Amino acid sequence: MNNTVISVHNLVKKFGSFVANDNLNFEVFAGEIFGFLGANGAGKTTAIRILSGLSKPTSGAVNVAGFDAYRQTELIKKNIGYMCQKFSLYEDLTVKENIILYGGIYGMNKSLIKKRLAELLAKLQFQDYENRMISDLPLGLRQKLAFSVAVLHEPKIVFLDEPTGGVDPITRRQFWEMIYETASRGITVFVTTHYMDEAEYCDRISIMSEGKIVALDTPERLKKQYNATSVEDVFIKIARPN
Amino acid sequence: MKRFLGFVKKEFLHIFRDYRTLFILFGIPAAQILIFGYAVSTDIKNAGVAFLDLSHDEVTQKLTDNIISSGFFKKTETLLNYNDIDKVFKKGKTKAVIIFEQDFGKNFVSEGKANLSIIADGSEPNTATLVTNYTTAIVNDFVTEFSSPALNKSIVISPEVKMLYNPNLKSHFMFVPGVITLILILICALMTSVTITREKEFGTMEVLLVSPLRPIQIILGKVMPYFILSFINVLLILALSWFVFGLPVKGSLVLLLAECMLYILMSLTLGILISTVSENMQQAIFISLIGLMLPTVLLSGFIFPIENMPKVYDYVSSVLPPRYFIVIIKNIMIKGTGFMYIWKETFILIIMTLVFTGLSVRKFKIRLE
Repeated sequence: MNNTVISVHNLVKKFGSFVANDNLNFEVFAGEIFGFLGANGAGKTTAIRILSGLSKPTSGAVNVAGFDAYRQTELIKKNIGYMCQKFSLYEDLTVKENIILYGGIYGMNKSLIKKRLAELLAKLQFQDYENRMISDLPLGLRQKLAFSVAVLHEPKIVFLDEPTGGVDPITRRQFWEMIYETASRGITVFVTTHYMDEAEYCDRISIMSEGKIVALDTPERLKKQYNATSVEDVFIKIARPN
Repeated sequence: MKRFLGFVKKEFLHIFRDYRTLFILFGIPAAQILIFGYAVSTDIKNAGVAFLDLSHDEVTQKLTDNIISSGFFKKTETLLNYNDIDKVFKKGKTKAVIIFEQDFGKNFVSEGKANLSIIADGSEPNTATLVTNYTTAIVNDFVTEFSSPALNKSIVISPEVKMLYNPNLKSHFMFVPGVITLILILICALMTSVTITREKEFGTMEVLLVSPLRPIQIILGKVMPYFILSFINVLLILALSWFVFGLPVKGSLVLLLAECMLYILMSLTLGILISTVSENMQQAIFISLIGLMLPTVLLSGFIFPIENMPKVYDYVSSVLPPRYFIVIIKNIMIKGTGFMYIWKETFILIIMTLVFTGLSVRKFKIRLE
């Protein structure tokens, strides 16, 4: 587990005088499920944007998938997958067209796209949906499909920004099974979530508050350290120390 | 490049799957051309006139016939006295009343001078002016025709007026270039701003930005289909105006199409700029429609001549791209002039395109930060 895929040292990101990320330090290892928690406005989104090559750090060293976040953002982009909280497939395109589009964007050739498409449809038992519009699918199915599309090109790391927002518990469960399966293939999963029970599923979690990382460890050790019964407890104790 | 083509194909799929987009792209332009061409006509045809003939002689009869047979007018009523005038106007069908004085024919033949009044319905000033001008012209013709040298004591000077470029003063000549100008900027700016904000709203823009596609490829990919479709649109409008109104392109067709391409490009960059400042689709639609449609119709010189406006409006209109394109397109289509006469306007449009592109790129970068 010490094959590092993300390393962040003294990352600072400022917007004018506002410090969104204040001296972040952490590492993420290959095949790990890394939970990135924090209240709204804690600076999670800013950090994810930097890690995914969308924005540049103000200072500090950031390396993602072996590439530098200042100069090699294009290479980073090729090696990561991304799924955001807002829904990310095109509703007026069919399942197949969406997959061909994203496969094409990530530079996959036709035969590879075809092969992955067939695998993916079989795995999700989606064969009947191949030519259906995304708008015809229930939300749970769309979300699973969006995740599959995000890892279609077998990236080194996949970023999931609140992927289970607005999804029913059963689908969330199935979604996390997909996450486990993906991690077992060696793809690192970097996930933000509001659901504290989901945080328990992560290998390690970090908790951000006011631009800083205030806790980072396995859920078990954090619970022990804060003398808490659940991650939710930990979170509350950190947010309100008294 | 392959990535890019796949992306462009997707954009075409969006357009062809959405009947509303297709309707806006092709339905509205055709409808506009036909509506402006036919309904909003400033020519008069079969305008109602009533006659109050207090003389009832050969001359008045002849003159009445001339007026009615001109094709511009049709007789609504024959009035008996002055009291009827107000009544006939209130009925609404009559645009003017022509009154011959008593002994009109006698005076005309013996003294070479007779009085005739035209009373027009001033509640419609345009029609009133047209009706009186047309009637006066017919009466003058009649006078010239009637006066033989023997009868005539004074020399009648009859000026011959000829309308250059648009001999029949057909209003289509004015409207077709105007409609092209209006439609292209509206559709291009509206469509691109909407399609880009849609990606923002649905969250797909995030995913695209994180993908290996470069921002410039995303924007070009979104805009390219609209460029192609708008160009086809221009061809359709030109064909429509040729077949329906018989409006030819006097100047070089190649030059006209090249200028249209420039104008489309300018409108697309304007659309991109709008998309960078709007949060959602409603806002984009609002800015495009209200911000572009009204100023274009009112201030670009499309309908109302800029020379007649107060100076302030003149300044406002000088930042509107349609103002320049209307000059270009009228020059090429109707006067048949070459590039020499429109290079200034072309240059301004190029500058505007560059400015819009520069601003969009800057806005886009700020957003990414």
